[in-house]
Amino acid sequence: MKNWGFKISQARIIDLDKANTKMFEDLCLKVPSAKRCIMCGGCSATCTASNHTNFNFRNCNLMFRRGQFEGLAEELDKCMLCGKCKLVCPRGVNTRAIIYNMRIILNKMNYKNIEL
Amino acid sequence: MNYNNFIIPFCLGASLLLIIIIYKFAKWLSKLDKKQKYFVKRNFFSKKSIAAINEVFREALIHRNIYRKNPLLGYMHMSLAFGWFLLIVVGKIEASFYAGSFFEEPWLAIFFKFFAREQANFWVANFFSFTMDLLLLIVLSGLALAIIKRLKSKILGIKKATKHVIYDKIALTALWLIFPLRLLAESSTAALVQNGSFLTGGIGELFSLQFAQNVELPLYWAYSSVLFVFFVSLPFSRYMHIPSEVVLIFLRKWGAKAGEQYSGLSDFEINSCSRCGICIDACQLSFSANINNVQSVYFIRDTRYKKLNDNIANNCLMCGRCTEACPVGLELTLIRQQLRTKTEIAGKHYYDYCENKNNKNKTDIIYFAGCMTQLTPNIIIAMKNIFSAAKVKYWFMDEDKGICCGRPMRQQGFVQQSKDLISKNTKLISKSGAKLLICSCPICYKSFKEEYSLDIEIMHHSEYIKMLIDENKIKLNKSELNIVFHDPCELGRGLNIYKPPRQVLSKIGKIIDTEFSEKDSLCCGGSLANTVIELETQLEIRNKALEILTKSKPDILATACPLCKKSFTHAYKGKVMDIAEIVSKFLYLQNNSKKQEIKEKEIFSILK
Repeated sequence: MKNWGFKISQARIIDLDKANTKMFEDLCLKVPSAKRCIMCGGCSATCTASNHTNFNFRNCNLMFRRGQFEGLAEELDKCMLCGKCKLVCPRGVNTRAIIYNMRIILNKMNYKNIEL
Repeated sequence: MNYNNFIIPFCLGASLLLIIIIYKFAKWLSKLDKKQKYFVKRNFFSKKSIAAINEVFREALIHRNIYRKNPLLGYMHMSLAFGWFLLIVVGKIEASFYAGSFFEEPWLAIFFKFFAREQANFWVANFFSFTMDLLLLIVLSGLALAIIKRLKSKILGIKKATKHVIYDKIALTALWLIFPLRLLAESSTAALVQNGSFLTGGIGELFSLQFAQNVELPLYWAYSSVLFVFFVSLPFSRYMHIPSEVVLIFLRKWGAKAGEQYSGLSDFEINSCSRCGICIDACQLSFSANINNVQSVYFIRDTRYKKLNDNIANNCLMCGRCTEACPVGLELTLIRQQLRTKTEIAGKHYYDYCENKNNKNKTDIIYFAGCMTQLTPNIIIAMKNIFSAAKVKYWFMDEDKGICCGRPMRQQGFVQQSKDLISKNTKLISKSGAKLLICSCPICYKSFKEEYSLDIEIMHHSEYIKMLIDENKIKLNKSELNIVFHDPCELGRGLNIYKPPRQVLSKIGKIIDTEFSEKDSLCCGGSLANTVIELETQLEIRNKALEILTKSKPDILATACPLCKKSFTHAYKGKVMDIAEIVSKFLYLQNNSKKQEIKEKEIFSILK
C-alpha cells in the first residue's frame, strides 16, 4: 500500500460495561468526595509537578474511574503530595487523599512488616 | 518452714511474670538500632544511670508529671504505685526482721500476717504492723479514687476515659481485688490471733471467732489467686507500662533517641503507654470533630495488638498536642510517622523529570517560599519588600519550577520518594554556596532542619525578621493594634520557636494572650498529615479553633504559616495576616516622605 504519511487511527473505545469500576467504588468508600470532582482543572493549574511535566490530576482521576490502569501507577509516582491541589479545589475534593489511596491500591503497597 | 499450699498460685504467677518480662525485654533490646546500642554501652556505667534512678523514683513511683497536671489523678497514681512499692519494701524488711535473716522465703513478706501468728508485743513489731496498715489504707484510698474515676471520670477532671480491651479488663479487675482481699484476709488472721494494728485489727474485731476460722484460708487462697491472675495478665495488658517505663527512662537518660525507623526503643515506648487517656482530651479530632477512635492511645494499643489499620494510622493531624500532653513523654507523632512507612523499591528515582537547573547564582542568602506560600502570594510580596528595605541580596530558589521540600511525602511514609526530593534540593542549595536559608513555611522549615543534612544556617522568616530588627536593618512603626498570634504546630511544638514572632509583633502592636497559646496552641485544621478526614471535618476543627483564638476580637489575627493563614482567612471577618505581611505594612521608610504617607494611609485602612 502506498504510504501517504497518514493512517487511520485505531478505534479508542472504552467499553464501560466491561471496565473495572470496582476500584473506583473502593476509592469512594475511603474518599467520598472523589465523586464531587467536576474536572475543572484548578488542581492541574496549580500543581508543582505539572509545572515540570505533563502530570495531570484530572487525567489520573478519570483513568482510574474508567478502569484504565495501564501506566497509571508510574504516572502517579510523579506527584509530590504537596497538597496545593486540595487547597484550590472549588468542590472541596480531597485530591491529595485520592492520589494517596490510588497509589496504595495500584501498587498494592502495605506497611512495612513490623514485628512487635 | 513457713509454708501453706495457698502460696503456689502466687509463686507460679510471679515466676511466669519474670520469665515473660525478661523474654520481651531481651527481644526489644536486641532490636535497638546501632546508634542506640552505642549510647547504651557508653553510658551504662556513668552518672547518667544514677540520674535515671532518680527519674524512675520521681516519675514511675511519685508520678510528678501527672500530679502537676491534675493533683487528684496524681494522688491516685501515687498512692497505688508508691503505696504498693512501700508495702513490698516495708513488708520485706518486716519479714526479714521477723525471720532474723535477709534470705527468708520470698513469699513470707506477702503473706506475713498468716505466718507470723505471735502477738506483736514489742515496739518494733508494733511499728511495722502500724506502718503496713497505714500503707494499705493509702493504697485503698487510691483504689477508691480509681473506682470513682471508672464510674464517673468527670469528677477527676477527665472528659473521656479510655475504652479498654479484654486483657485490660481482666488485669484491672484482678488489681482492684488484690487490696480488699488482702485487707479481709489479714483482718481474719487478726481476729484469730490479734496481730493486727488499727486497720486490720479494727476490722478483725467485727469478725466472730467461728467466722474468722472458716474464712481465713479461703481468703488467703483468693488473695493468692488474684495475684496470679494479675501477674499473668500484666504483660499482655496495659500494666506492662510499669516495667517498660522503667527501662524506657534508663534508655532515655543514656541518650538513646528515636529515629526515622521503627526500632527497639519504639517497642519500649509503645509498651510504656498506660492508656490513661489524657491524649483523648487533648486531641482536636475528639473535641472539635467528635472522632473518638483514632487518638494516640488507641493507635498505640492497636499497634501493640497488631490490629493497626490504614484508617487509624492516617487519621491524625500530627499537630503534636498529644505528645505535649502525654505524662510519660512518649513521642507519639514520631511513632505514628515511623509506622506509616511503606515498603518501596530502594534506590528508585521518581523525580528525574524535574529540570536540572544549571544555577549560576552564587549567593549568600537563599529564600525558599515553599509550595503553600505559592498559594498565598501576599507573603512572597511582603518578603520581597522586606528584603529590599533591608537591602539584602538573595536568590529566590523556588520562584519558578521549584519542587516540594519532601516533608509531605515523609509524613505519609513514602521515604524513598522523600529522599529523592531531598537530594534534588540539596544539590541546588550546595551549588549556590549559600550560608543562610530562609523559609516561609514551617513545614519546609522543619524538613530542612531535621531531614536534610545541610551545613548552613536555616531560619524561618519570623526569626530572620527579628534578626534584621536587632541589627537595625529595618525599622518598624508602632501602632495601637491588638494582635493575637496563632502558633503554627510545626513552628511551635515542632521546633520550639515561640518567642521570635512575638518579639517582632510586640514592636508593632499589643499582643493579646489566648486560652490556648504556645505549647497548648491549636491546629488550624488545614494539616497535610491527615488523609482521612474530608473538608467538612477540617472546617469544624478550624471554626472551633478560630472561635477560641478570636474571643477577644483582635484587629489582626497573626500567624507565621501560609497554611494556617489560608485556613483562617475566609472564616474571620477581621484581618488574618502572616507576620511578614504585617511587618511589610509597618516598615518605616527613611528619606521617602511620600511613600511614608501612603504607608500611613495603608495602616489607617487596616485599623478601619
